[in-house]
Amino acid sequence: MQARRLRATVVVAAVGALLVGAAGCSKSERGSNSGKTGGTFVFAGAGDPKNFDPIFNDDGESFRPARQMYDTLIQHKAGTAELAPALAEKWESDPTGKVWTFNLRKGVKFHDGTDFNAAAVCFNFDRWFNMKGAAAQSQMIYYGDVFGGFAKNEGDTTGEPIYDKCEAKDDGTAVVTLKKYKGAFPGAFALTSFSMSSPKALQQYNADQVKQQGDSFEYNEYANAHPTGTGAFTFGGWDKANNTITLNRNPDYWGEKAKVDKLVIKIIKDETARKQELRAGTVDGIDFPAPADAKAMQGEGFNVLPRPAFNILYLGINQKNNPALKDLRVRQALAYAINREQLVQTKAPKGAEVAKEFMPKTVLGYADDVQEYKYDPAKAKSLLAEAGATNLTLNFYYPPDVTRPYMPNPQEIFTVISNDLQAVGIKVNGVPRPWNGGYKDDVQKLGKHDVHILGWTGDYNDPGNFAGTFFGRGKAEFGDESMTEMFDVLAKADAEPDQAKKKAAWQQANKDIMAKFLPAIPVWHSPPSIVVGKNIKGLVASPLTDERFNTVSKS
Amino acid sequence: MLRVVVRRLLQMVVTLIALSALIFVWLRSLPGGPVEALLGERATPERRALLTKALGYDQPIWVQYGKFLERVVTGNFGNSIRSGDSVAATIGRAFPATIELSVAALIIAVGIGIPLGYLAARHRGRILDNVIVVGTLLGIAIPIFFLGYLLKDQLTQGLHWFPPSGRQSVGIDATRVTGFFVLDGLLTREFDAAADALWHLILPAVTLATIPLAVITRITRGSVLEVLGEDYVRTAEAKGLRTRTIRGRHVLRNALLPVTTTIGLQTGALLGGAILTERVYNWGGLGSLISDSITGSRDYPVLQALILLAAFVFVVINLIVDLSYALIDPRVRVG
Amino acid sequence: MKPVTQHKIEKLERLAASTAEPGGVSLLRDASRRLARNPVAIVGAVIVLLFILVAALAPVIAPHDPVARYAELTRELTVDNIPGAQAGFPFGSDPLGRDFLSRLVYGSRQTLFVGVVATALGLAVGIALGTSAGAFPGRLGKWLDLGIMRVTDVMLALPSLLLAVTLVAVVARPSQWTVIVAVALVNVPIFARLLRGSMLAQRESDHVLAARALGVRQGAIVLRHILPNSVGPVIVQATLTFGTAIIEAAALSFLGLGDPDINRAEWGQMLGVDGVRYLEVRPELAYYPAIAIIIVALGFTLLGEAMREALDPKNRR
Repeated sequence: MQARRLRATVVVAAVGALLVGAAGCSKSERGSNSGKTGGTFVFAGAGDPKNFDPIFNDDGESFRPARQMYDTLIQHKAGTAELAPALAEKWESDPTGKVWTFNLRKGVKFHDGTDFNAAAVCFNFDRWFNMKGAAAQSQMIYYGDVFGGFAKNEGDTTGEPIYDKCEAKDDGTAVVTLKKYKGAFPGAFALTSFSMSSPKALQQYNADQVKQQGDSFEYNEYANAHPTGTGAFTFGGWDKANNTITLNRNPDYWGEKAKVDKLVIKIIKDETARKQELRAGTVDGIDFPAPADAKAMQGEGFNVLPRPAFNILYLGINQKNNPALKDLRVRQALAYAINREQLVQTKAPKGAEVAKEFMPKTVLGYADDVQEYKYDPAKAKSLLAEAGATNLTLNFYYPPDVTRPYMPNPQEIFTVISNDLQAVGIKVNGVPRPWNGGYKDDVQKLGKHDVHILGWTGDYNDPGNFAGTFFGRGKAEFGDESMTEMFDVLAKADAEPDQAKKKAAWQQANKDIMAKFLPAIPVWHSPPSIVVGKNIKGLVASPLTDERFNTVSKS
Repeated sequence: MLRVVVRRLLQMVVTLIALSALIFVWLRSLPGGPVEALLGERATPERRALLTKALGYDQPIWVQYGKFLERVVTGNFGNSIRSGDSVAATIGRAFPATIELSVAALIIAVGIGIPLGYLAARHRGRILDNVIVVGTLLGIAIPIFFLGYLLKDQLTQGLHWFPPSGRQSVGIDATRVTGFFVLDGLLTREFDAAADALWHLILPAVTLATIPLAVITRITRGSVLEVLGEDYVRTAEAKGLRTRTIRGRHVLRNALLPVTTTIGLQTGALLGGAILTERVYNWGGLGSLISDSITGSRDYPVLQALILLAAFVFVVINLIVDLSYALIDPRVRVG
Repeated sequence: MKPVTQHKIEKLERLAASTAEPGGVSLLRDASRRLARNPVAIVGAVIVLLFILVAALAPVIAPHDPVARYAELTRELTVDNIPGAQAGFPFGSDPLGRDFLSRLVYGSRQTLFVGVVATALGLAVGIALGTSAGAFPGRLGKWLDLGIMRVTDVMLALPSLLLAVTLVAVVARPSQWTVIVAVALVNVPIFARLLRGSMLAQRESDHVLAARALGVRQGAIVLRHILPNSVGPVIVQATLTFGTAIIEAAALSFLGLGDPDINRAEWGQMLGVDGVRYLEVRPELAYYPAIAIIIVALGFTLLGEAMREALDPKNRR
């Protein structure tokens, strides 16, 4: 009944689209309309977006609609973490890596009809840099990470800004100048947070206003209801009572125009419910299926699209809390004691791999020949004995109540790893802490743990975004203030503007991390999946969860 | 009387203020919190500090509480930390969803429970009675989230009889008026929307109804049995009144008194069950809101408002009941 | 007071009143005789006894260590394939390659433990509150009574699961004990009400009056005369409570607020966590613990209801 109804709706929508399409054919879009199938593509996301202004967001669920409505200067090639032209057709930096010149695509218009040009680019960059108020600045997570600080920093602890200025050479050339080189560029320009918004709409809807309401924030009209980008879809509406976001096809899109007329993102938090909706035909695609369901869904004819793994799960080691862990041999013993091959085989989603180091293979600077720690409980025991740590007791922190893309089931992962550790004579004290109820505070801020499990999903293709984030400086998480040698190695690698030298420096850094420092133990890279119905074509899973739905067609 | 009302109202305000202070301090003394929830894995010390400052958590707790009271007096409970929506709007959206679900469950429980209980009593000791009694026992013993999963698995997957989750199908362009989707559909004459909403409502309502259904059936059965044994029924039978008259006028009417009380009692239990049912069916009501704002984002403003709202409703109902007792029954003195 | 709460209270007080009559001992004997003839009671008792037996003999019955991972089981184990029955492992594997049968058997122990401790804790606090509410005569006693009863009324009026969820959610450290305490908390007001009713009913009874006349201290009267005579209704309520306790523990697990240690096998957790997660991969992981919970809850409910009926003054002839 349900399916029939939906089909009827689709037919009506398709007929409507044909009529509209026929009417529109007299204009210029006949040629680029090839493959247009019309209809509504319904995709089930796993959580609410916060709002629709990407600069104030940092999570995948907020980025999902943003990626359909906005474009960045540089974009990721579909299905990879490689860079590709987007709003900028070409980009280059001077040898110091500080001056970035963007040759912009011509004839691109924002959804409100205004032109996209160099002035608009600079308007966006200046807007971010000049953002005022602790409320607004504290929400610009990626901006803070990448650009260091603001024209006027609100927090005393926010760093020096590295953005200098943006100049519009002419309509089609924007030049962004930085105060110093950073390894994150140019990859960071492709971050969804740095999407281009229409200057007119930004001003019209008070986009810079983030009001502090006691202990919470109130966003402006722009972020809530008037997102205006250049993307393949325009904003339709958000029915919060029924958890659906509607986006409409942008007929004037500069790139490959959307094949469907409408894109609906339905928010379904429960992974079982997402799967069941897909089966019932009420949605056309779902994100983050439970790893356990992937095979069955494949068998039923759904397309399970694994994203190339761009994440890492690690067992963190806090050398400060437990002096025994200061001894490299003890840390190596932990590495040998854990049967990671078996853990991957039994508990990781299909396509997962044991992690050799703290970044996936596709990242620049990955070294194939790092020291490996193959499962060897006997060696672990002898190393422990050598180090005089035969009576080792570890407080093992883990979050029992969360699912992350790199960690589908922390309870099981904890149980398996702690069993392995116990097998070599280590006493394990499991300490469960709720994810948002003190887990990250305990391990990242307070360093109360001895060992813990945590991970990371990469934002762009840069080694600094992986190993650099973890080990680039002293952190309570690893309790390694004294490992200055490691910090120096990483800092040097990160500061190298020459790509070839940078690669070599990072490869050496990775080898050093695994052999000399071993501040943590890499466990696995685990690919989260997307599942779509049999009648859905053209969806390309991205390692960065950067999927664009304009290529999706429905039959 | 007036003096009593004023005194009770004052008491109420004091109670609520004390409670709000308690909740406020308690929530903030817990480990973790919104800063941790908002930042996820990318929490650097700088970022924590900035966000803590932006949210005002760096101030002494009594200053925070003072500001909170100041806002509450003006009717402003703040915004959800996660969505930035006002707390009032957030709760206002979830409230009708839960009420809609609970009312539907109650209709099912009462509509089936009373006839079933009556039937069991009339056939006391026979097979039908035994089947019904065992059924009610099972209804109480089965964990309802498990029942929900079973129903969902059987009726929405292999057999596509019902939609698996949510309140409305995508593609139905419904106008929202009250937030009660079925009612909205009827009001706006969008009957397809109403039917669709009803369709989504059935499975969750049935799941939620199991326990009240079992309880109401049992109480009805017991109560009818009791009444059947009463003298006036025997007298009526002896007088030769028609069975239908006896049943309608004497048995049911008298037997239903304790049943009504039970129904009231079960209404409270429904809210507890709604937490589980809403989770199983992805139903965006108060139950989901509570568990989301606790485990999801530690949304203090929403949590505070929810707890206070519950306390407020409880206190007000208590007051009204006390006063109405005093009005109805002269023996009760309010004091 | 709210009429709905009133009803709950009346029900408890009727149960409490069943001890008020003199000759408690003969009454109990009378009741147990009636109980022994009731088939419902017998079915309930058999289930409960079997359950306790399995729990007690778990190490004998279980073929394997419930926490060890077996190579036979992990060999074929993947995230979407949990091996079923095979030689030596009649129920197959659990999601981590442990023996599912042994975990089910040992699960009875943990379930019994959670149920018993939660009930006992609720009972202990309930007794403390209920006796202090009902025990003291005079003005102070009246105030105490009023205060305690107000609190318990509020707790009775709140949906029990909501109470438990709130408690578990706002504690800093989730553990098996938070679950136990949450479930116990829900039962505190029930026992408190019951005890208080029972105390009030007996305070004026002949043997208590006699003891008081003899100059026995108040504390001694409560301990020696009043409490022992309240035993009947307390046992009934405790039996009924046990059934709901294990269901509530399962619900908490399902909501992600249960015992975080998945090495410990407990039916509620097996159902609420693994069972639901792997429902499609291996439905038995949900069905078996669910059936176990239902049967045990049913057994305790049957026994409890039968005992209540036997004790009810109305059924005394």
